[in-house]
Amino acid sequence: MNRSTTTEMDVRLKEALAFSPRTVRTGPVGASFVFCRRALLKIKHVPEQMFDVTIFPIMFTLMFTYLFGGALAGSTGDYLQFLLPGILVQSVTFLTVYTGFGLNTDIDKGVFDRIRSLPVWRPSAVVGALLADTVRYSIASLVTIVLGLVLGYRPAGGVVGVVLAVLVLLVFSFCLSWIWTLLGLILRTPSSVMGVSMMILFPLTFISNIFVDPGTMPPILQAFVAVNPISLLVRAVRGLMDGTSALTDTFRALAAGGVCVAIFGPVTMYVYGRKQ
Amino acid sequence: MTGQFASVDEDLTGRENLYLFSRLFGLSRRDSRVRTRHLLDAFELEGAGDRQVKTYSGGMRRRLDIAAGIIITPDIIFLDEPTTGLDPRSRNQVWSIIRALVAGGTTVLLTTQYLEEADQLADRIAVIDHGRIIAEGTSSELKEQVGSGVLNIQLKESSDRDGAARLLSGAFEDPVEYTADQASLAIRISDPERASEVIAHLCREGVAVVGYSYGRPSLDEVFLALTGHEAETDLS
Repeated sequence: MNRSTTTEMDVRLKEALAFSPRTVRTGPVGASFVFCRRALLKIKHVPEQMFDVTIFPIMFTLMFTYLFGGALAGSTGDYLQFLLPGILVQSVTFLTVYTGFGLNTDIDKGVFDRIRSLPVWRPSAVVGALLADTVRYSIASLVTIVLGLVLGYRPAGGVVGVVLAVLVLLVFSFCLSWIWTLLGLILRTPSSVMGVSMMILFPLTFISNIFVDPGTMPPILQAFVAVNPISLLVRAVRGLMDGTSALTDTFRALAAGGVCVAIFGPVTMYVYGRKQ
Repeated sequence: MTGQFASVDEDLTGRENLYLFSRLFGLSRRDSRVRTRHLLDAFELEGAGDRQVKTYSGGMRRRLDIAAGIIITPDIIFLDEPTTGLDPRSRNQVWSIIRALVAGGTTVLLTTQYLEEADQLADRIAVIDHGRIIAEGTSSELKEQVGSGVLNIQLKESSDRDGAARLLSGAFEDPVEYTADQASLAIRISDPERASEVIAHLCREGVAVVGYSYGRPSLDEVFLALTGHEAETDLS
């Protein structure tokens, strides 16, 4: 052991410990943004995780357009006009499950305990992660829309309609994510979070009006499609992008999101506060 | 609070970890940057500050973890087995950090499996066996509680050990123990002056002794004496 290194270290340690910086308690918004920044830094260091927000939307859009387009709508061009708003919703809602996955990974690694011991508003860790995810959702939306435009999709709602549609989608996704954060807290391993989330999300997105007009479905499915919050969202997004009156649908979709947060937000925070 | 396993974010760099924790503790942006630089410097992590934590060695991780715990110098810090799995150099560094913390007025509550560590660092030691405190006090107090010192005898031939043990058991009432070394044994005696009698006895009987030492019991021996059973127990 090098003695001189130790004493040098001792001196610097003493200095570091003697220094007591001025602190102002970080508010809920500030803390949420710090956690958001943390999640964005993770994207910077692990850029592979951007595959899902770039490749998946491209894959979904191309696959469904050219697989079903001819059979369902007579031509892929016509189908794309119908499908794109829906596939946009699907691409983004599929991304929401990663929030629960990330939270569970944090718990697994003990980062969670450290975060909970900090003098900040408890939910800020979850809110911050969700804010960062909104950036991911935006990228996925952009990729999907640009690809759609390249393939020949023309939104009658214009730039304003498209921007509004994406905003509604982002708000709704933020709300929906609280379901997965709860699962992230309850389930024991990251992979089970992924499994259960997909089990819920698959029927939710497929038994909807994303791919086809529900008119030909059996009544029982139609009933489900009618109350499925994803369907409400798709109607709002489709209306806004097509430039048709979508005020009622938008209101309904946002209300569905609000109900989601109202139920899963408090439950998530309750579980979060008691988690050992 | 710092856990046995580093609870910093592995995907981020050391600098980012400390900066984000500084911000959460309520330091301004500027202070957070300065504090981060100071801490990286003090914990000898300045060279690794911009590398992802997942590339760190165990010792570096542990140091970063402790650094994150003292962004605001705390009144009390809990360290859960901070040196478990570290090489001697890293262990000494962590010990230096703990001593500096104590010198700075922080109360350190440390759990460890290594009794030498407790002996080196602790002002007060509580021995926990199966979840209950079975003894408490300073290192000296604990050693006195056990009383006797230990005479370690190094034999020339390991084959002599059984014979020597029988000789000593026959001649003295003090308990004789085998040690890990095949060619040595230990006898627990309360009076240091008895040591010479023991050695003399062995020499008279023709057992070749190459060395001996008498010392106060180590904390390991105190622990074994206190718990009264072998070392499968957990000191936590």
